[in-house]
Amino acid sequence: MITLTVNGRTHRLEIEPATPLLYVLRGELGQNGAKFGCGFGECGACTVIVDGEPVFSCLLPAIAAAGRKITTVEGLGTPAKPSPLQAAFIAEQAAQCGYCTAGMITRAQALIDRNPSPSESEIRAWMEPNLCRCGTYLRIIRAVRRLAEAWAKAHPGAPEEASR
Amino acid sequence: MSAVSPSRRAVLAGGGALVIGFSLHRSAVAQDAAAPAELPGDLAKEPLLDAWLRIGGGGDITVFTGKAELGQGLKTALVQLAAEELVVAPEMVRLITADTALTPNEGYTAGSHSMQDSGTAIRNAAAQARRLLVARAAGLLQLPAAKLQAKGGTVVAADGRRLGYGELVGNDLLHVKAAPQSTFIAAKRRRLIGEDVPRIDLPAKVAGGAAFVQDLRLPNMVHGRVVLPPAYSARLRSVDTAAASRLPGVLKIVEDGSRLAVIAETEPQAIRAMATLAASANWDEAPDLPDPANLFETLAALPAETVPVHDGPGDMPSGANVLEARYRRAYQMHGAIGPSCAIGLFDGDALTVWTHSQGVYPLRAALAQLCGLPLAKIRCIHREGAGCYGHNGADDAAADAALLAMALPARPVRVQWMREQEHTWEPYGSAMLVHVRGAVDALQHIVAWDYTVRSSAHATRPGGAGNLMPAWHRARPIAQPAPQPLPLPEGGGDRNAVPLYAIPRLRVMYDFIPAMPLRASALRGLGAYMNIFAIESFVDELAKAAGAGAIDFRLAHLADPRAKAVINTAAARFGWEGFFRAEGHGRGFAFARYKNLAAYLGLAVEVAVDHESGGVRLVRATAAVDAGEAINPDGIKNQIEGGILQAASWTLYESVRFDRSRILSRDWSSYPIMRFSQAPDAVEVHVLDQPGQPFLGTGEAAQGPIAAAIANAIADAVGVRMRDIPITPEQVKAAIGV
Repeated sequence: MITLTVNGRTHRLEIEPATPLLYVLRGELGQNGAKFGCGFGECGACTVIVDGEPVFSCLLPAIAAAGRKITTVEGLGTPAKPSPLQAAFIAEQAAQCGYCTAGMITRAQALIDRNPSPSESEIRAWMEPNLCRCGTYLRIIRAVRRLAEAWAKAHPGAPEEASR
Repeated sequence: MSAVSPSRRAVLAGGGALVIGFSLHRSAVAQDAAAPAELPGDLAKEPLLDAWLRIGGGGDITVFTGKAELGQGLKTALVQLAAEELVVAPEMVRLITADTALTPNEGYTAGSHSMQDSGTAIRNAAAQARRLLVARAAGLLQLPAAKLQAKGGTVVAADGRRLGYGELVGNDLLHVKAAPQSTFIAAKRRRLIGEDVPRIDLPAKVAGGAAFVQDLRLPNMVHGRVVLPPAYSARLRSVDTAAASRLPGVLKIVEDGSRLAVIAETEPQAIRAMATLAASANWDEAPDLPDPANLFETLAALPAETVPVHDGPGDMPSGANVLEARYRRAYQMHGAIGPSCAIGLFDGDALTVWTHSQGVYPLRAALAQLCGLPLAKIRCIHREGAGCYGHNGADDAAADAALLAMALPARPVRVQWMREQEHTWEPYGSAMLVHVRGAVDALQHIVAWDYTVRSSAHATRPGGAGNLMPAWHRARPIAQPAPQPLPLPEGGGDRNAVPLYAIPRLRVMYDFIPAMPLRASALRGLGAYMNIFAIESFVDELAKAAGAGAIDFRLAHLADPRAKAVINTAAARFGWEGFFRAEGHGRGFAFARYKNLAAYLGLAVEVAVDHESGGVRLVRATAAVDAGEAINPDGIKNQIEGGILQAASWTLYESVRFDRSRILSRDWSSYPIMRFSQAPDAVEVHVLDQPGQPFLGTGEAAQGPIAAAIANAIADAVGVRMRDIPITPEQVKAAIGV
């Protein structure tokens, strides 16, 4: 029995402890956001947030996620009520096929959570593990910057890059 | 409130819904369609209006397209067109995409054809439906049609009386053949065409909604995995299935010739059984791949059929300045981020397959042959997958799902390939060779051009089961049919092989290699990527030899004002004149009209070349595109931006690695593609809208130009001409001589 806390809800699951978290999210919890892309942590399509850190759920054994705070793209907002970052992705139309999108958003959210106003170079460096084959990198950067700029505007006295 | 005329009762007598006879009566009506070729877009293939558009008794609108959403924004653009011409909000339109039970047969979603084929059909069907609705309302209200207006799902009279579309439609109004001409909503009344309507599929995709075939969960669904041979040549010698069959959750192991597969209750169970099965399998394989060190020599020596593309005089006039060059392109892969996936369900009688194939109808025919079922017993339904950019593993995974579903009736079987299976078994974009000679005179004119392009096939899509890879491995295999060159004007390896420039002595040949040392098929742009790379690189070489500038030289050889407009716009917006050349930086230009009949693209780029490493970075790109009438300008921009980044990745980083027997590009480490740090600083796309002009395919327009623009910019930056794709740091470094 493994206890997982996903998007604030606790689940007790009869699963193999070594099962990668990705298959638990998709297979046991019926989630769609985290995607299978490579299974080696080389593409980021499966990215979720665990205790504030972006992780490859295709590599993380479920047992290693037990007792930790897991956030998936479903936990950020809904199609009808998207989170600010999800809304920024829509505003910038920052997708083509959208298969990488959930992983992009979760990784970017982990950045925004620690630095609400990242620079473009910080965004690029942070997002490096995630691949997009359709070539929407620049739109994804713009979506994150849109949020960063909105934060900076709302906090006029704050330093340019809040994490510093 | 609607004012009801007495005869409305008669209209409603049929129940108001127009759902009958759509497919049943189709063939009968089509037979007496004497000259369907005159109809616009794919109405020519399917002339009945209600094959494209149906309105229910409640006024609900359903639009049908045989094309598929591939991430290109097709659904949004088609909804825009239908909603515009029916004068309703986009939310009122439900769109059904490629499904052999429901939609017209529009072949493949490929070749940047969707807007011109399906978009044109749907727009015309919607406009004609609107006129029929208004005409029927005019009859019922006894008013001239000119006094009526369609609006928000009703037809409204000046006196306030109104009739809903659902009340008007009856069961026969749209069951008519389309007319060749339509009256579109006047430009000043348009609300949607030409607007950046947000993609209708994105809200689900940003929030974890079920958006992909990978997300489809059917009741009692089980999971299949396949063990693919480790090499093209590999044949199964022996396997011990006992260990795998004892694993928890395993329902079925399929051993059929060299085909191995497993079905289990859960996905992790299927993956574990797959790994166990793979570990116990012994294969015989042969070193039958070309020596990678001599790939191009091997290709040059393989027998080829010569296809004359433009059979003019190819000799170089005496006295002119003659240049000669050879360009080469490695095998490159689609590299979808999500490996191919499909779900099959066989109920003992009929088979249903959910697939991200680009062609559900051709796939159905192939599966009928593969599974030994009549066509009528197979339904293929498109569900989105990860962006495919051509013929990847989608159809093969659908075949896997179909075969496994047949092996375990009554339970839906979901199959997803593993990453290394997609990487090593998808059909690649063929390696290519170009040899060109050209001559310029003292007046800076190109006076002669002799060009030969050589490659394997660029289309081995299913139609027959022999193009489904799983068919090759069965105990009773179906061999792959001999590939054929795709006919002009669109062409395959010779797509875009003819330069659009005015050249008095012009000869273009295509050496089609029937053999496929590596499995090859359609990759975004087909031969256009390489041909435009070669042509636009060589044009720069000729311009330099003639002492002319890249922009002026191109303009001087073009008559088409739309071609000139994209060149001038891209150059101006980039700041071509007055470009500041920082150390190691250069500018490059390229132009093409995709397939010589689709979208026009002018493209200027800046690159930075690192002298120490030879590494090249695309710094910025500015494009101008003329895609005809622009339905969704931001959708066009997204396609061009994405095409620029994707093909920059092909051009700078990508080459399928292999040894004498196996594919070695098994993951993103052994087949690297562009990452965030390598993405350009900025890409600007300017859409030159052409209201009233036909839609011109856009999705593949940037692939070739970006390759040439990069090579031209490298030449500008460091004075070396790179003619091999990918343009690796090692080659650049060697060329610079540092």
